Amino acid sequence: MSRTFVGMPTFPVAAREAVADTQLRRNLGHATATIRARRTAAVGEVDDWEALRVKGAQAKDRVLADLDTYLLQLEARLTEAGATVHWARDAAEANAIVVAIAKDRIADDPTPEVVKVKSMATQEIGLNEALEAAGIHAWETDLAELIVQLGDDLPSHILVPAIHRNRAEVREIFRREMVTVGRPAPDDLTDEPARLAEAARLHLREKFLRAKVAVSGANFAVAETGTLVVVESEGNGRMCLTLPDTLISVVGIEKLIPTWEDLAVFMELLPRSSTGERMNPYTSMWTGVTSTDGRPDGPQDVHVVLVDNGRTTVLADVVGRHALRCIRCSACLNVCPVYERVGGHAYGSVYPGPIGAVLGPQLRGRQGALEQSLPYASTLCGACFDACPVRIEIPELLVHLRTKVVDDHRGGVPTPEAAARKAGAFTFTKASRLEKAQRAATAAGRLLGRRTHLTRLPWPLSAWSEARDAPAPPTENFRQWWARTRAGDAGDERGPQGEGQ
Amino acid sequence: MTVQGGVPDTSEARAAILERVRAALSAKGTHYPRTDSPEGRPSDIPAPAGTTHAVTELFVERVEDYRATVVRCPSTGLGAALAAALGEASSVVVPAGFGTDVPGQLLRERDVADVHAVEGIDAVVTTAALAIAETGTIVLDHGPGQGRRGLSLLPDLHVCVVRADQVVLTVPEAVTALRPSVMAGRPLTWVSGPSATSDIELDRVEGVHGPRTLCVVLVE
Ligand code: SF4
Repeated sequence: MSRTFVGMPTFPVAAREAVADTQLRRNLGHATATIRARRTAAVGEVDDWEALRVKGAQAKDRVLADLDTYLLQLEARLTEAGATVHWARDAAEANAIVVAIAKDRIADDPTPEVVKVKSMATQEIGLNEALEAAGIHAWETDLAELIVQLGDDLPSHILVPAIHRNRAEVREIFRREMVTVGRPAPDDLTDEPARLAEAARLHLREKFLRAKVAVSGANFAVAETGTLVVVESEGNGRMCLTLPDTLISVVGIEKLIPTWEDLAVFMELLPRSSTGERMNPYTSMWTGVTSTDGRPDGPQDVHVVLVDNGRTTVLADVVGRHALRCIRCSACLNVCPVYERVGGHAYGSVYPGPIGAVLGPQLRGRQGALEQSLPYASTLCGACFDACPVRIEIPELLVHLRTKVVDDHRGGVPTPEAAARKAGAFTFTKASRLEKAQRAATAAGRLLGRRTHLTRLPWPLSAWSEARDAPAPPTENFRQWWARTRAGDAGDERGPQGEGQ
Repeated sequence: MTVQGGVPDTSEARAAILERVRAALSAKGTHYPRTDSPEGRPSDIPAPAGTTHAVTELFVERVEDYRATVVRCPSTGLGAALAAALGEASSVVVPAGFGTDVPGQLLRERDVADVHAVEGIDAVVTTAALAIAETGTIVLDHGPGQGRRGLSLLPDLHVCVVRADQVVLTVPEAVTALRPSVMAGRPLTWVSGPSATSDIELDRVEGVHGPRTLCVVLVE
């Protein structure tokens, strides 16, 4: 069972650890650079990419503006098509629903188990842990998720969650762990990616053929037709969506799109933004219980769990709600200079990178220290907005959230950082004070000799220097230089402006 | 939440969520103009441009880009092309309604009660609902000749027959053309090249769980 993100340290603390991990940095640098280049090429092929982005954003905004109506429409279409729709206010309710359905279908099996296709929603609600607690084992079937799960590890990237693992490590994990949970890895397994993929194919095939219950998410849910869409590469999604008797899909209420035709826009935006491909290898679309030409085709016991878990709170924030357009493509991660260096773990949730810094505090609230630090995990350079296929203004949202974090602290005991800023304001508003401070600083600067950066300042300034390097104070400031070189002309140490206010 | 016959009753959560959504949307300063019709405005999708020579050429180029094989043949040469595409495969599953004779040892879909029985068969032949040139995609709506979904999933080789006049240029054209299939409740499978993963050090590897070899037979 994979570890969870609960009890994660604040972003700066986790980031310092991550930055010190050279393998993680190398792998991440390679991964983000490679995917960035692919994405740029795939996007460059589309003449009217900008128009497409606008259409994508508009389609999502249309859904969000009438979300109640569209949810009811989706529910009606799904029900007509033979599916059962369930509603969950929070993670606990969503888990309880899935567990209740699964238990009823497989509780009497000698080894109760479900197969899963990668879904961020189920990670968000901690479904695997809930199933485990109910005595049901959940098998992740994406290659990367399998590596993470067998390695008792945490995902580090939305798209390539095991990017922090090298091939040799993957081989070790497969050889050590596969035998404990099913078909063992072949004896002569090498660290060739093709051989490792083959080992996963053989190991999981028996589970696909045996499983009675599958759990999925959905990339899109078409309100007009009741169609769910899963976009994938490996074929494990197709296995989960067609072979078992029961299919339970956990869908966040922001996953809706209005009409069937709108899907075209997203089928162009998502693969190009995500993996940088013209199209991903496999996409499955299904509407409730399906049959083809009179024969049942795929699961005949179909459930859809619509999950709120904080989304309506995000919707109520007129600025923050734009984050609900997100289609989880991970383009913003790959262009983010902060993410590229610290990786996904430091963000402390299933949603890493710029979008995680926005969604984390919005979905989970701003009470935790980690959530309060996340809006600051950005340089506000704007690369994420440029890359985002649905034009989410992430920098604007981060500033919006920073304001909220600051407001939360108004009236209470100021943090050392806030105290430092106050002291700064006090010093800067009066020239004489500034002068005194500068004299003290340049004196300190002379003591520091040739050091150009201060990496750690004493408390309370440590609150500032913990996440930033400060340049060492110069040995002479402008006013002092002016006084030394032009003292004769001006006769006034206060410099060219004369009057300091 | 009460559970009746394995089905939880979530009507209370349903009412609460809808209530929260409505409250959130009626918040002051909402950025969204609420539209009158729940259908909203459909995106402006261009009408299908029709298949030209350039479109089929583009399709072939893009399919080959995914390291899938393309075999081109006239309609009279389909049998021979299928034999070539199936190569070494000794057992082949054939969907109901697949109109062409297939060489080799055959399993007919009508004899397959449960798709799990297809496990162990080497290859599958299908037709397609349509194909998309720009992205090198074939789309199955699992109508006659295409089989239930499991048929084209479990075998290691998928041979897919596409007629040149089924190739559309763009994704929006394809989505528009697929509307009747979706309204009829059919599932769709979009296939762009063989199964692939880049999960290990970003090396693209063909074939994890789906067919590791995809061969498109283009009938011109
Ligand atoms: S915020 Fe935009 S770029 Fe980032 S994952 Fe979501 S859709 Fe993709």
